[in-house]
Amino acid sequence: MTELLNGKGLSLVPKTDAKQTLKDFKSDQEVRWCPGCGDYAILAAVQSFLPELGLRRENIVFVSGIGCSSRFPYYLDTYGFHSIHGRAPAIATGLAASRPDLSVWVITGDGDALSIGGNHLIHALRRNVNLNILLFNNRIYGLTKGQYSPTSEVGKITKSTPMGSLDKPFNPISLALGAEASFVARTIDSDRKHLQSVLREATAHRGTSLVEIYQNCNIFNDNAFEPLKDPEVRDDITLRLEHGQPIVSASKAVVRGDDGRISVVPRADVAAERILVHDAHSPDPSVAFALSRLDEPAFEHVPIGIFRQVDRPAYDVLMAEQLEEAVAQQGPGDLSELLMGGDTWRIG
Amino acid sequence: MTKQVQQLDRVIIRFAGDSGDGMQLTGDRFTAGTAEFGNDLSTLPNFPAEIRAPAGTLPGVSSFQLHFADHDILTPGDAPNVLVAMNPAALKANLGDLPRGADIIVNTDEFTKRNLQKVGYETNPLEDDSLAEWRVHAVPLTSLTVKALEGFDLSKKDAERSKNMFALGLLSWLYHRPIEHTITFLQQKFAKKPEIAKANIAAFQAGWNYGETTESFSVSYEVKPARLAPGVYRNISGNQALAYGLIAASVQAKLPLFLGSYPITPASDILHELSKHKRFGVRTFQAEDEIAGVGAALGAAFGGALGVTTTSGPGVALKAETVGLGVTTELPLIIVDVQRAGPSTGMPTKTEQTDLLMAMYGRNGESPVPVVAPMSPSDCFDAAIEAARIAVKYRTPVMLLSDGYLANGSEPWRLPEISELPDISQAFTTEPNGEDGAFLPFKRDDETLARPWAIPGTPGLEHRIGGIEKADGTGNISYDPNNHDLMVRLRAAKIAGIDVPDLEVDDPDGDARVLVLGWGSTYGPIAAAVRRIRKSGGKVAQAHLRHLNPLPGNTGEVLKGYDKVLLPEINLGQLALLLRARFLVDIISYNRVRGLPFKAEELAGVIQDVIDSD
Repeated sequence: MTELLNGKGLSLVPKTDAKQTLKDFKSDQEVRWCPGCGDYAILAAVQSFLPELGLRRENIVFVSGIGCSSRFPYYLDTYGFHSIHGRAPAIATGLAASRPDLSVWVITGDGDALSIGGNHLIHALRRNVNLNILLFNNRIYGLTKGQYSPTSEVGKITKSTPMGSLDKPFNPISLALGAEASFVARTIDSDRKHLQSVLREATAHRGTSLVEIYQNCNIFNDNAFEPLKDPEVRDDITLRLEHGQPIVSASKAVVRGDDGRISVVPRADVAAERILVHDAHSPDPSVAFALSRLDEPAFEHVPIGIFRQVDRPAYDVLMAEQLEEAVAQQGPGDLSELLMGGDTWRIG
Repeated sequence: MTKQVQQLDRVIIRFAGDSGDGMQLTGDRFTAGTAEFGNDLSTLPNFPAEIRAPAGTLPGVSSFQLHFADHDILTPGDAPNVLVAMNPAALKANLGDLPRGADIIVNTDEFTKRNLQKVGYETNPLEDDSLAEWRVHAVPLTSLTVKALEGFDLSKKDAERSKNMFALGLLSWLYHRPIEHTITFLQQKFAKKPEIAKANIAAFQAGWNYGETTESFSVSYEVKPARLAPGVYRNISGNQALAYGLIAASVQAKLPLFLGSYPITPASDILHELSKHKRFGVRTFQAEDEIAGVGAALGAAFGGALGVTTTSGPGVALKAETVGLGVTTELPLIIVDVQRAGPSTGMPTKTEQTDLLMAMYGRNGESPVPVVAPMSPSDCFDAAIEAARIAVKYRTPVMLLSDGYLANGSEPWRLPEISELPDISQAFTTEPNGEDGAFLPFKRDDETLARPWAIPGTPGLEHRIGGIEKADGTGNISYDPNNHDLMVRLRAAKIAGIDVPDLEVDDPDGDARVLVLGWGSTYGPIAAAVRRIRKSGGKVAQAHLRHLNPLPGNTGEVLKGYDKVLLPEINLGQLALLLRARFLVDIISYNRVRGLPFKAEELAGVIQDVIDSD
């Protein structure tokens, strides 16, 4: 039987006794994002989070696709692979499936993960290989200079859509839940504490974890997530998702109606016991899915945190088990025996 | 009744029927008996891409051709001596290939008015004179089978299904094939359905007895075992040999094998075969698409595996960008292209050599990759090891160009001694190679120009690679014009400098003025044609290219040593284009793109014409 490894996401990755600091994870390369880009905050948060894991640095690999966010691996002094557009989940899958001793991270953006690489993303999620996927969502194409993206709102005026974009955007959380993801979370570039708390859970998760990070592109889509950062309103619209805790913002609460639907009501209007308690571990993803749809209309109330975190066998572990089982049943491979295995005959 | 036994030196049989009639299985079993008997042999399955095309129609005809002999042979044969036609469609589809005087064994039960109409026969060819130039053996195969199975607890339909085994039994009698093996096979195949096993064995034996007793067959034939080189042999198809070659390469390279693949005809059997050999540490990953298949293989290669992806032409088109990433990151990777008829979907089950230029140039930028092509089904084993040797030693993607003919065709294979297989292992880099303990991921080996291969998990060598141009040595992102020019040239020089053996020329008397050159699966028909020419006193030299990139160092010299160079290809002259450009030699091309291998007779005619022309 497969041993479930909940909370043991890094159990197969060797640890170090050496003390690590943020500096150990900074590469010697000059960071080249636009001044003011949200990517800087995420890079700093990741660099200062990694020492906490205590892993041997050489056993960490960052794999990325193409786009502004995908330059990320160059700035970390770990192993890194800056690949091609949309394919990072596929490349990381081959790496993680064959090397369970590595902590493998995928850095991607909304265009990379949801447009050109959409197929690889959904299949990585359903397969549940041990990967941490950080999806930097800035709702715009940055590196190609400002076209709308698959998460841009309908009617977005951009260089390629002067009369407004026509297509309905993806909701990355809904998509991930629909793709059978075992770990789905949302956080925001400007809240380092929250971002790192989500990364902590994501790395502890054995299987694929998808973390959507709202990231500001101050050049082509500035202030896209401003309501979540504005001190005037952010506490009212941010619904914190914490497992076992009621889902509330400063002034709002999530309740389940008699018809089973969930909705957001003024917190003052409901008794505490009527407020929906978050269950990220529920085998049934339907409530998590409903929560992912609460941000409609946009930014009236936005759930932030871990939507779903369930234990499911990881693909790399299952794959390794099949190899072990084959050896247990048939013995280790013997080339001579393999070649002689068919019907043979001798001449001379 | 004593029957006459006639000695033959070789026979070509074609089994043909509906795609649901089990012709491939029948052919496989006859081949196994023939291999066991010790003849040399070569096979050519030919089947539609549709799993069950409409019954009784021309597009639904599936066939299996087997050539066996008492001497070594090179091809599945040009024209059948015997056609087994299970229905009117099979007769009509194959009659054009039959030489006058050939035997035709027909299943008369299927020659109903309706079946005849389906394929446009206005009158029954068994009853008019249209088959007069052949020897027709009219056998009610279906009803004889049903009769033989009376007393079995089977529906009539199930009983009819065994008619292919009846035919196999009859042919086994006709050619003195051993029968024990087929009986054992049927017992094992239907171990869970003993009644079906018994019925098939009964049908098989009834077919044998029918040959023995009926007057329709007055002669049986013997083809003595062939005198092949001493050794242990087995029959093997190209796809199976290629899969075994990849496993052997993994063992000999001391690297775990990782296959990322997406099912595609005619390459899927390599995925199927490799998925059975997990005890060798083989990881097979059925990806969501072709791109993910090669992506995962490249990711695994970054982690220190022997990364392989298997596909056919349409898949290679999709993988191009990732292959380019492999070229620029200089990681070992094997791309197996089992070529099929194109463009686009083309004819998935038919063979072609039309992907050579795509393998060479089908990527953006200056993106050279080595190209290796096997020349026979069993040679797929050695070619896979050779592709792996180059990939690992030079840290580069390698294209391995098989094709549908090699993939599904089979021949006896003399098993190699494991101790004679080359050691193709290369050590990973574990120590810094720069000043002050720095690691320079693109500092090259002076001799091979290969870069160091340091895998994740190696302390002190943490580094980043990627698709953006890299500075020579450090591998840091670089847009410097001179650096790019240097890197483009270094990558090209690395591939051009790969050590490949010289091209060998077969010219027995050393005075031929015409050279026939080939590559890949055309070896058999070309060599058979060359034999014919020499037998009739003609002089012709033969050479066959296994390495298409880089070409052997003496290629130009060989080409220039002959008055005329003839190059048959199953494309419109792709290798000829490359050789003309490179060596300014006026190659004479011979091209046919029919989805089928060349015939020896056809090529002999072409060679003779070239010899005779001024």
